[in-house]
Amino acid sequence: MITRGWLLSDDPETRMQARLGVSYRLARDLMRNPLAMVGLMIILALLLVAAFAPWLAPYSPVEGTLADRLQPPSAAHWMGTDELGRDILSRVIYGARITLMIVLLVAIISAPLGLLIGTVAGYFGGWVDRVLMGLTDIFLSLPRLVLALAFVAALGPGIENAVIAIAIAAWPVYARIARAEVLTFRNSEFLDAIRMQGASRLRIIARHVMPLCISSTIVRVTLDMAGIILTAAGLGFLGLGAQPPLPEWGAMISRGRSFILDQWWVATMPGFAIVIVSLGFCLFGDGLRDVLDPKQRSRG
Amino acid sequence: MIHVKDLSVSFSDVRVLHDVSFDVATGESFALVGESGSGKSTILKALAGQLPAFTGTLRIGEDNDTDRPFSARDRARQVQMVFQDPYGSLHPRRTIDDTLNEPLLIHGLPDRDSKVIAMLDAVGLPRRFRFRLPHQLSGGQRQRVAIARALMLNPPVLLLDEPTSALDVSVQAEILNLLKSLREEKNLTFLLVTHDLPVVSFLCDRLAILHAGRIVETANTEALRSGQLSSSYGQELFQRSVYG
Repeated sequence: MITRGWLLSDDPETRMQARLGVSYRLARDLMRNPLAMVGLMIILALLLVAAFAPWLAPYSPVEGTLADRLQPPSAAHWMGTDELGRDILSRVIYGARITLMIVLLVAIISAPLGLLIGTVAGYFGGWVDRVLMGLTDIFLSLPRLVLALAFVAALGPGIENAVIAIAIAAWPVYARIARAEVLTFRNSEFLDAIRMQGASRLRIIARHVMPLCISSTIVRVTLDMAGIILTAAGLGFLGLGAQPPLPEWGAMISRGRSFILDQWWVATMPGFAIVIVSLGFCLFGDGLRDVLDPKQRSRG
Repeated sequence: MIHVKDLSVSFSDVRVLHDVSFDVATGESFALVGESGSGKSTILKALAGQLPAFTGTLRIGEDNDTDRPFSARDRARQVQMVFQDPYGSLHPRRTIDDTLNEPLLIHGLPDRDSKVIAMLDAVGLPRRFRFRLPHQLSGGQRQRVAIARALMLNPPVLLLDEPTSALDVSVQAEILNLLKSLREEKNLTFLLVTHDLPVVSFLCDRLAILHAGRIVETANTEALRSGQLSSSYGQELFQRSVYG
């Protein structure tokens, strides 16, 4: 029996009820933020489009009829066709898969890496901190796209290498945030207490330090998703990300560049897709930040 | 139970403790009294294993014969600490249950559920608080959780760092009563740090008065109660405590 009162109870009877209660409060607070809900809708739509691309796309994303090249948007081709006669709507729909894959892989690689490096540096301090933060500063001082470009140049173009390159360029921000957060509580008594109980350093960092940094990292990652999409699109635009004929949005804009004055839709349609998805992640990230901010946690 | 001999501590060339020595017997309650900056908290930190560098001999707990220093895990079974600020000494994102379970998990002890419930009863916290987060508790309730956490491993020695000074006056008495009855029940040895002389006379058998990093006097609590402290600094503290 799950009721609202049961979830909101101040005196949960089981561990399970306590955890569900915390999740319910978070979800409820998030629901109260209309902009965050718009963001969530966009992200869900992206997920659905990516999952059901073969059923949603009216045409093949890679095969076109040359007779139909560069058709303006019409009933047959809602977003028009590109220079090889491929349906742009179908390509944008399939492109959602690539975008989602890039975003998720980058987040999975860079967020834990940054969190680990930041918490270790912040917790240990001293020379460990100096070495790790020196490394972080080196990565931070290079513009993300330039750094990603350098890695792609070294590793060779392709979508996997683009992911690795963006991830390598993205982690320093998370490391900085996590370290700054750890510094605010590294001398606090609850860490003294857990040390006195004989906990290993690994345990302290993983179970006591990291959980306090995770919410700010999640917020930051969500807000960065837009930047990741843009970097991926930028690499695609420069021809160093996804390779033809993969329908990557940035690469599509790049190819539409030649026709931008006369056939505007070729570059504009994938551009819309990038803008909308980036906006969705930004809005959702903003909402998450409001909810996960510890100062707001005790409400209601 | 606690043996401190010639303990000296320096923080970057400033010597904060000068050859401090004292002993606390098993089951005794001993107070370190002094103003802020007298070094009383530093002694506690050294005994708690939180100071990286000091000179002198420290022995604590039951295993008095070996000179081999304790590992952090061994020490945890011998001595635990209750901190001054109940708001800062509990992890803000972990439930009471998590906090009390953690020492049992670290030491791989069985029957965790029943031990946690028994400890909640022992410190007078309702069982329904078990899965609350610290921000859902009052200061006094939090301090009860902190005491419960310190007792989870059944250490014979408890270090108390001004355990009531951050609490409301009405709550202070409850916590002091709880500490007193727990000590009788479990035959605990207390080392209390405070600047509050009434707390000392309520909770302790003996006290040492610290001034500028030196022990100026060791006395029985009877001497404190009757105002018979021999050192002039002790008299000064007593006067200030009685007459405000």
